[in-house]
Amino acid sequence: MKIKVIVTLKNGVLDPQGKAIQQTLNGMNFGNVEDVRQGKYFEIEVKEKDEKKAKSLVDDMCKKLLANLVIEDYKIV
Amino acid sequence: MKSSVIIFPGSNCDRDMDVALKKFGFKNQMVWHNDQSIPKSDLIVLPGGFSYGDYLRCGSIASKSKIIKSVIDFANSGGLVLGICNGFQILTETGLLNGILQQNKFLNFICSNVFVKVKDKQNKYFKDLKKDVLELHIAHNEGNYFCSNDELKSLEDNNQIAVTYCGEDGSENETTNPNGAIKNIAGIFNNNKNVLGMMPHPERMIDKYLSGEDGSLFFKNILDNFK
Repeated sequence: MKIKVIVTLKNGVLDPQGKAIQQTLNGMNFGNVEDVRQGKYFEIEVKEKDEKKAKSLVDDMCKKLLANLVIEDYKIV
Repeated sequence: MKSSVIIFPGSNCDRDMDVALKKFGFKNQMVWHNDQSIPKSDLIVLPGGFSYGDYLRCGSIASKSKIIKSVIDFANSGGLVLGICNGFQILTETGLLNGILQQNKFLNFICSNVFVKVKDKQNKYFKDLKKDVLELHIAHNEGNYFCSNDELKSLEDNNQIAVTYCGEDGSENETTNPNGAIKNIAGIFNNNKNVLGMMPHPERMIDKYLSGEDGSLFFKNILDNFK
């Protein structure tokens, strides 16, 4: 089954790319954009029928590779 | 003194490092990342470059290479492990060093000479080094060192900050910080100070006809401390 993961920078961690995107949007007359945070999105196909088991596997993957917990949070969606 | 330089797909400072090590008398060997074990060494170097194209996060894929287990065992048994630039990024991803190298604060790839201050000499890399400020070269997009407040406190308390960006006179402030790194940090040690990761490239400063010779002092010093 397919498990989806979103990895984002933790609150308070500087996100220069998000900042640059926000400034560009502001420059394109999207003046009401106050903040942009950029992240990563993964679709992981796991050979596993049980959703709970699949999610717990992906949780392990997030901790070990997909996210760096020093600066990033992850969410299995 | 025997050394090994690990080559990952995308490493590009491996041969410069080989030239530098041999120039000062290291018996150096090149080791492929897919090898299981490392030949007998006194120093292991993870070179600069763009291992695995910086996919996912810089150094993250290389940190899961087959050879890394041997590097971690070697480090845990007290062996000297030096990571330069991408090598530093790999060391943080293995967990041998704290923190992470984030994208440069101003989103620019920086390629320039910088001055760094040696913050600790109670270690096998910088002990008895004659200079306190070295001119070295940096070339990176992700060199903005970051760690949690607790980790920073422990780095400071244990004198694990190795080198910091500074002016020619040794002054450390925002104007001498090229990439936004916390506390101008350019390099750190692990707790036992046998593992050193730093963004500047000493191997690029070993010839007066190229850019300078402060890198020579660094390599000679490691050899002198080994004798």
